[in-house]
Amino acid sequence: MAHDHAHNAPPSDTAMRVKALETLLTEKGLLDPAAIDALVDTYENRIGPRNGAKVVARAWTDPEYKKRLLENGTDAIAEFGFSGVQGEDMVVVENTEDVHNIVVCTLCSCYPWPTLGLPPIWFKSAPYRARTVIDPRGVLEEFGVELSEDIEVRVWDSNAELRYLVLPQRPAGTEGMSEDELAGLVSRDSMIGTALADAPAG
Amino acid sequence: MSDAGSPDDLPELPWDAEDGPVFREPWEATAFAMAVRLSEAGKFTWAEWVEYLSTEIAAAKQRGDPDLGDRYYEHWLAALEKLVIDKGLGSETELAALKRDWTEATVHTPHGQPIELKKRTPAG
Repeated sequence: MAHDHAHNAPPSDTAMRVKALETLLTEKGLLDPAAIDALVDTYENRIGPRNGAKVVARAWTDPEYKKRLLENGTDAIAEFGFSGVQGEDMVVVENTEDVHNIVVCTLCSCYPWPTLGLPPIWFKSAPYRARTVIDPRGVLEEFGVELSEDIEVRVWDSNAELRYLVLPQRPAGTEGMSEDELAGLVSRDSMIGTALADAPAG
Repeated sequence: MSDAGSPDDLPELPWDAEDGPVFREPWEATAFAMAVRLSEAGKFTWAEWVEYLSTEIAAAKQRGDPDLGDRYYEHWLAALEKLVIDKGLGSETELAALKRDWTEATVHTPHGQPIELKKRTPAG
């Protein structure tokens, strides 16, 4: 069969649809390709759950900050410069001895981008969206989190207007640790509520 | 959620590594960024975006897509195309013509060279 290796293989239909949209919007002056590249770079390299971890570590070490964070999450988080798309209306919910919070978006996958980056695959999946509402304890067990029966589990459903960030409990044995060291114990999942903050090493 | 059945009926949760790539393919990143920039530019509100995206996701579920999150950006793209058309930013005909031109250009460009749109199909 004649095959000219000098040419490219047929591209994916999906990729071509994206190219078509990009060209259309650029030619109509609705989109600047450089702004697209800059945004992608930001999300791939500069925004992620480390941002949220800094917020949590500050709340663990500074009671005044924690008070501000729980009263007005958006403003307190913006003190770090973390703001923008999908971070406009942040509500921070605190885990305590009696309450464990877990966040879901049943509609699609509203998620606090400035503090956590883009959502993981499982957060976007139908099973997580459906099961977290019906059976949050079962979902938590699947993530390896076993909570005693007397802890109340609260499910928060994010939407286009409100996005939630969980303030996990500060682990025991971390009294002497610095804010930076504490931030290292705060995983992405602990801020979604599908994990607890890590215990300190050693 | 009443139609979702008991927890035991639901499939396992899909997993990804905590530090896996944010986007699996370049087109996912481009599609993501286009929606964000258009919304920032005021071409539609974020609430409108969420409505279109959740409609696509619900439609996929209706079609029997298990929706494990790995096809999320396909839904994203379909929602973006519809919103662009509904907002009058472009037409279906224009998009179809451009898609055809890009496919042609990609297939006929020697490997390793930048792909450019040279031949254009007039839209409409």
